[in-house]
Amino acid sequence: MASSMLSLGSTPLLPREINKDKLKLGTSSSNPFLKAKSFSRVTMTVAVKPSRFEGITMAPPDPILGVSEAFKADTNEMKLNLGVGAYRTEELQPYVLNVVKKAENLMLERGDNKEYLPIEGLAAFNKATAELLFGAGHPVIKEQRVATIQGLSGTGSLRLAAALIERYFPGAKVVISSPTWGNHKNIFNDAKVPWSEYRYYDPKTIGLDFEGMIADIKEAPEGSFILLHGCAHNPTGIDPTPEQWVKIADVIQEKNHIPFFDVAYQGFASGSLDEDAASVRLFAERGMEFFVAQSYSKNLGLYAERIGAINVVCSSADAATRVKSQLKRIARPMYSNPPVHGARIVANVVGDATMFSEWKAEMEMMAGRIKTVRQKLYDSLVSKDKSGKDWSFILKQIGMFSFTGLNKAQSDNMTDKWHVYMTKDGRISLAGLSLAKCEYLADAIIDSYHNVS
Amino acid sequence: MKTTDFSSSSSSDRRIGALLRHLTAGSDSDHLSSVYASPTSGVTGGSVFAHLVQAPEDPILGVTVAYNKDPSPVKLNLGVGAYRTEEGKPLVLNVVRKAEQQLINDRTRIKEYLPIVGLVEFNKLSAKLILGADSPAIRENRITTVECLSGTGSLRVGGEFLAKHYHQKTIYITQPTWGNHPKIFTLAGLTVKTYRYYDPATRGLNFQGLLEDLGAAPAGSIVLLHACAHNPTGVDPTIQQWEQIRQLMRSKGLMPFFDSAYQGFASGSLDTDAKPIRMFVADGGECLVAQSYAKNMGLYGERVGALSIVCKSADVAGRVESQLKLVIRPMYSSPPIHGASIVAVILRDKNLFNEWTLELKAMADRIISMRKQLFEALRTRGTPGDWSHIIKQIGMFTFTGLNPAQVSFMTKEYHIYMTSDGRISMAGLSSKTVPHLADAIHAVVTKAV
Repeated sequence: MASSMLSLGSTPLLPREINKDKLKLGTSSSNPFLKAKSFSRVTMTVAVKPSRFEGITMAPPDPILGVSEAFKADTNEMKLNLGVGAYRTEELQPYVLNVVKKAENLMLERGDNKEYLPIEGLAAFNKATAELLFGAGHPVIKEQRVATIQGLSGTGSLRLAAALIERYFPGAKVVISSPTWGNHKNIFNDAKVPWSEYRYYDPKTIGLDFEGMIADIKEAPEGSFILLHGCAHNPTGIDPTPEQWVKIADVIQEKNHIPFFDVAYQGFASGSLDEDAASVRLFAERGMEFFVAQSYSKNLGLYAERIGAINVVCSSADAATRVKSQLKRIARPMYSNPPVHGARIVANVVGDATMFSEWKAEMEMMAGRIKTVRQKLYDSLVSKDKSGKDWSFILKQIGMFSFTGLNKAQSDNMTDKWHVYMTKDGRISLAGLSLAKCEYLADAIIDSYHNVS
Repeated sequence: MKTTDFSSSSSSDRRIGALLRHLTAGSDSDHLSSVYASPTSGVTGGSVFAHLVQAPEDPILGVTVAYNKDPSPVKLNLGVGAYRTEEGKPLVLNVVRKAEQQLINDRTRIKEYLPIVGLVEFNKLSAKLILGADSPAIRENRITTVECLSGTGSLRVGGEFLAKHYHQKTIYITQPTWGNHPKIFTLAGLTVKTYRYYDPATRGLNFQGLLEDLGAAPAGSIVLLHACAHNPTGVDPTIQQWEQIRQLMRSKGLMPFFDSAYQGFASGSLDTDAKPIRMFVADGGECLVAQSYAKNMGLYGERVGALSIVCKSADVAGRVESQLKLVIRPMYSSPPIHGASIVAVILRDKNLFNEWTLELKAMADRIISMRKQLFEALRTRGTPGDWSHIIKQIGMFTFTGLNPAQVSFMTKEYHIYMTSDGRISMAGLSSKTVPHLADAIHAVVTKAV
């Protein structure tokens, strides 16, 4: 037995002293290819094969999530984390909604079991989420034309849809805004769905390049998937106006494109669930077939529970049934069925009139705080910056994020000099800003904008 | 089973249907890609999804779907492997309830995103649980453990990692194996091959065939191993056989990928059930381990599991972990917190841990008792055949040896639901329902063909 254990290559064995109890690691610590191995009560140093994973390189840290990691490591007392989009209170603390705590207490009291959900997820959640998105009485729901599958928050829901596109629309492209959420490209790359970009952000105006957007959507091959942010565009905070949405719908219909909405902030952008769903409902009115990925990370503060959904609006109930069955075929070899906890929380909150009202109030509060902070930041910038630069773009943007217009070098200055952590594309998360810190942030932005190129 | 349903009410759908049938006569209608209706292509009421057919229900999870539809009062669900009490009810472990109460009472708890690798304390405790707290691999920091979505998620992330970074893209899985294995690895980007495992003649292990097939595999190939309580057969190698498997695999540089879904659930002992994995890790070599807490902690729907990759050095483990994150981020960004938190509370607390081991043993013991009862019931009925495999096999499942036609009969006539490969979940049986099952087996085996 000993010989077969140690037959690992052509280098001869180097037996060391026989040590009854301890593993001697002294000589092998300097040479990774020499290992002390213990077999029963005999310790031997043997030459071993190198790792099968030796050639693997260290991957770079995630550009968004890596920001928080860098922030944690910073010891400066003025440090400010405006990286990841997670809501913070004025005291810059994470916030668990009261209504969520209530729901969890209820769930524990009831003694809900932990059986596997069906592959498509919790039925009560799927019903509630589609109704929230479209409105309970909406024809697409009454006619059963929406295929809804519970997914792992926004990311997981996008991934399911991407896998469906890869399988059933091979060669079809997804056209995404320039810029867009950093993980969108990763999702489509890993799902092997080709993508290209449509113009969106205009650095000259720090606003929407609407002409460019329409032109690029028009130019995409017929039947492309157009990725649209339902509200509160990430990272820019710049949303089309209602009139612009109409024109976007027109050009998409004209080219037989398939809209693909990413709705991560319903209720969080304006404070109103219905208002934030307006773009999606406009497209539903048109009788179009389209995809909508939803997330409850922000609007219900359920970040870590990973709760969301993919909805596919189809032209018939029959198509919706078939699409749902194919989405299940994709989910099963990925994770079998989705986690129950977050889904139950959502279903409980939405299903109870009192809790639903409470939720709406807490959501208004969160969106309200962000609007207040936006205003204060703007006021601070205007009062401190004597250059006459127009900072009003900050007020025109909506949602958790603001695109400051700072470039990479300027963003680096924000971090290196001012200990303000943000993503390199110039995005700051207003959810991580307090009124108390607005003036400090204004100083940092003014300095970075004017003194760094 | 593909059925293209073109019976929808819209006339345009029917026209499209006719067109599609013409163009694809004899071909796999699942792969029509270039012919589909777009919304405004002149065919009103058409759908871009017209070419998607209704997928059949999942063969395993679909059993429960069918069972739920059955109105019979004597119906029995022996399909999916979820533990049931003697009263036929799902069970939430007492320690799990205690842990949840603790979590709710902790006012400092928040729901912020976990890191991509998941709950770090959970990861460390999981590695200790499966490898043993004194494992040299842990001491030497040579392991990366990432929280994943139960067993399935751990296997999928591991598979995708190997497809991207490992030089050999073929994985060998047992014949038979859990129905979801081939799909997981194929979609992960690996080529799936099988190695002989189950011997229908003995209803035991085809050890010779196993050694031959692994011996013939190209050097470096990945090999999926069921750590204990093989699913679906319940047939496990002996420790001596495991040692031979280990030697063979190490001599050929085959990469072990353990699927550990039943630690503690098979024999009742966490350490015993982890022994094969620990034998491999003890020799200093590398391997992957997918752990699930679905069964042994009854956390099915919470989707808690972990993928551990044991590497030759801490440096390699660090690089491997960074690449695992690139697989996870575009799939679901980060894993869910609830189930992992429950596990961490239980594993870190000595009293809760001990309570858990007792509840685990009770579940394992009840299943062993069901095995004995079923064996006895068939014996007293004088059912022809050797049914000793029922008590020799281990874990949640028994591979009855019944064929699909017999399974069909049992469902139709006796309302007994199981997977068509003849696998029954002993966890779904009780003293009250054993007689009904025994009657059904007896009937199907003795009936005139």
